[in-house]
Amino acid sequence: MTLGITIVSHVPEIAEGLPKLLKQVAADVPLTFAGGTDDGDIGTSMEKISQAFTDNSADEILAFYDLGSAKMNLEMAQEMSDKTIHLYDTALIESAYTAASLLQADVPLNDIEEQLKPLKIK
Amino acid sequence: MALTVDNLTEWINSFAQKVNDQKDYLSELDTPIGDGDHGNNMARGVKAVQESLENKKPAELTDAFKQIAMALISKVGGASGPLYGTAFLEMAKKSKDTTDLGELFAAANAGIKKRGGAQVGDKTMVDVWEPLSDQLAQGSLAQEDIDKAVNGTRGLVAKKGRASYLGDRSVGHLDPGAMSSGYLFTALIETEGIL
Repeated sequence: MTLGITIVSHVPEIAEGLPKLLKQVAADVPLTFAGGTDDGDIGTSMEKISQAFTDNSADEILAFYDLGSAKMNLEMAQEMSDKTIHLYDTALIESAYTAASLLQADVPLNDIEEQLKPLKIK
Repeated sequence: MALTVDNLTEWINSFAQKVNDQKDYLSELDTPIGDGDHGNNMARGVKAVQESLENKKPAELTDAFKQIAMALISKVGGASGPLYGTAFLEMAKKSKDTTDLGELFAAANAGIKKRGGAQVGDKTMVDVWEPLSDQLAQGSLAQEDIDKAVNGTRGLVAKKGRASYLGDRSVGHLDPGAMSSGYLFTALIETEGIL
């Protein structure tokens, strides 16, 4: 069982930029992202999110998002995915960074989730 | 009177027309309490719906609902995409068992509430879908019911979405999702042969 991370943002550059930060502490953690609508506008796309789940080499994924409607598209993609997707209502950058560094250190999921709890903001 | 692929298509085309006609107004409503894109997002969505129904005429009601749902989910972009998409997806599922409008809309409303986590009174589209679905179940729906539900959102404090950041400052503004939902219900009662 491998664990990976998927980042979802309304803005393509945010979704693309955050993994750069995460890779510094998590070189071996499978990271994928989905940003913007299908046309690259501000918003989120269920199809892009589904693709990010598929493209992630892990079979269990921790998903982090920025704002409200990203969560709805994430949930729809989650329902359609064969993988186990964990969704966190936490501060995007801080929690993705926390999870990435802990995954790199092979910390069990339960302990990671314990550390994510104080970062829940939505 | 019953729902068929043909009058469903007519209903949705009429909804699309209303969204296009009121595109700027919907975005205007979304400007003080949202991100000002509801009209454009919905227009993009209904265009995709119309293209889907034209390119592939659905054989069954369930297929039609599903095509509408998928077009909205993939093209709207904002929160309305998954919310309207879920509504039509739930109607697709329900339409395998029944074509009763009351039951179809009850399923759609439950789907919207689950997806968005909103309840009646939160100043969202649920404030239109829930009372009007109940009306449909009782077999009567008039334009004045629709107006009342839509206008009722004006005095509410937003509890969901971007408008909720504004708290009390959201009072006095109509909810854009409630307005566009109102167009969907108006298009429904205007389409011959459904009600």
